[in-house]
Amino acid sequence: MSDPSAVVRRFEHGSRVPGWDRPADLAKPPATIPDPADVDVPPALREQIEHHMSLYPDRRSAALPALEAAQRVHGWCSPEALEQVACVMRVTPAYLESVATFYDMLETSPVAPHSVYVCTNISCSLRGADGLLDALRAATADDGDVHVRSFECLGACDIAPMASVDGVYVGPLETDDVPRLLADLRSGEPVLADLQLARRPVADPRADSSEYPEPAPEPQKRPTP
Amino acid sequence: MSDERMLLLTDIDEPGLATREVYERRGGYDSLRKALAMSPEEVLAQLKASEIRGRGGAGFSMGTKISFLPAGDIDKYLVCNADESEPGTFKDRELMQKTPHTLIEGMIIASYAAGTTRSFIYIRGEYVLQADVLDAAIAEARDAGYVGENILGSGHSLTMVVHRGAGAYICGEETGLLDSLEGKRGNPRLKPPFPANQGLYQGPTLINNVETLSTVPAIIAMGGEEYAKLGTQNSTGTKLVSVSGHVRRPGNYEVELGIPSREIIYGLAGGPPEGRAVKCWFPGGSSAPVLTADDLDLPYDFDSMAKAGSMLGSGAIIVVDDSTPILDVALKVAKFYRHESCGKCTPCREGTNWTVRMLERIENGEATPMDLDIMASVQEHIIGNCLCVLGDAMAMPIGSMIAKFRPEFEEHIERAREPLLAAQNGNAA
Repeated sequence: MSDPSAVVRRFEHGSRVPGWDRPADLAKPPATIPDPADVDVPPALREQIEHHMSLYPDRRSAALPALEAAQRVHGWCSPEALEQVACVMRVTPAYLESVATFYDMLETSPVAPHSVYVCTNISCSLRGADGLLDALRAATADDGDVHVRSFECLGACDIAPMASVDGVYVGPLETDDVPRLLADLRSGEPVLADLQLARRPVADPRADSSEYPEPAPEPQKRPTP
Repeated sequence: MSDERMLLLTDIDEPGLATREVYERRGGYDSLRKALAMSPEEVLAQLKASEIRGRGGAGFSMGTKISFLPAGDIDKYLVCNADESEPGTFKDRELMQKTPHTLIEGMIIASYAAGTTRSFIYIRGEYVLQADVLDAAIAEARDAGYVGENILGSGHSLTMVVHRGAGAYICGEETGLLDSLEGKRGNPRLKPPFPANQGLYQGPTLINNVETLSTVPAIIAMGGEEYAKLGTQNSTGTKLVSVSGHVRRPGNYEVELGIPSREIIYGLAGGPPEGRAVKCWFPGGSSAPVLTADDLDLPYDFDSMAKAGSMLGSGAIIVVDDSTPILDVALKVAKFYRHESCGKCTPCREGTNWTVRMLERIENGEATPMDLDIMASVQEHIIGNCLCVLGDAMAMPIGSMIAKFRPEFEEHIERAREPLLAAQNGNAA
């Protein structure tokens, strides 16, 4: 029989499933639902997951909110995080891994505590998002605390090019804004308070937004990671 | 333009509109009281009379969709699609962030008409602020007795849960959304059965877009027939249009359907920057086949866009000016769909990838003009051959770009090949 890894390599076509080229470890025992006696789940996390489970007719619907909650605690969907969620939700860790690998916002490898998503989809790239991404990457090259990644359309093409800094939308950004953005991020201040989407009036002039010039809504605070 | 009706955006920036107090001061929840005083059949008749078509992309009649739900005392669900991941679309974001109670009120009325007792808002995970605003607004509505058991003494009950996604374009597709809401990977399902018969948890499910549901209170307030007088005969009402790309004033605009497209792009959004001209534009998100400057005078409504070979989609106009190579646009679009293909159907999974690789060959000077024919044929083989329309959503715009800008692609191929050909000739000599 030929080497199975060579067979797998034939399919190298940019599949989005991480680990597709790693052979399964058949020596490992099959995954089972973790025993509550063996798994230490932080009480706050357990409470959150149980709350989410109570909202749906089927407990498995809580998979996404539960994984997000675990990611906030652990920083990423680590094997420990998956085991803790699996233990509370009474599903196998493998099931949760299948879910976690599907979604872009669930990290399946360790990442820095702060994330900056730069939209590089069509509307933003037409207005210079690729240059912005390069500038952000260059400015954070040796910063282990900030994770800059390009992201598909974030639904804020009116402030293109834009970025989501720990979930807070800011734009339109120029490469000159990068130092200020990173300074705000590092000091814990609201990021680019003047450029936040939350404070932007609707574009349509007939909506009479000019009647309400100030006070603009408070700048959005980032959730502490 | 001043006599145009605006139903959704008027005074949307009023401070505190996201709170129940301000919303009610402006007449909020009056439509709900009016609807609950009618029978569910009468409410449905109003929605049918309004002839409102879904604002999420497919443009299916909302009233007809509700009437597909089987009658009887079974678990039925209402799901609001707030995934809004179509590139170029950001109208729902503005509605949810600034006037969440409009959506909540619309959902309660729709659930009353459809006889559903549980509802979910599936919002994309990136919309952190908007999900928080919705959570707070639902809590207020619950305290006021608008959401919960026996709403305002009508006997109608409804629960409402905000479900946050985690970043996947395909979860905007209704059956992918349902799988994701059930806690699975967001793979689309085979249709039929359609969600109206077998949707969430195998129960009959009504799925509507945020904008559609947010329009419901206005329809009830003014009456379905009055609403149907807005817009054109087959595209009634007003529509939020998200204009982005190379325009001077990108943003959301509310227009009556049937308005000339030029008026939206040039009149409202200010047109392309000084000295530039429109090269092409997507009339309904990046999934819609592109139109050119020649199509700018078309009326902006469902039928006119379809007749022009494109679609109104989610109402997202992306304008590309003449300084941008069409290859760059095609590559961005194709790479997006390759990234977001869920991998369930072969034509989409492979086709999106092949298309990206062929476009990259063009960019790198490795392509011949024949590659354009192969690429066009790949697009034809994707369309209609997948479970959902994600593959079509790449194939349609890419196919239209090849058809409409073929000379530019060919010129690029020739120019990019020159160094390669020169090297070959050098070797031969």
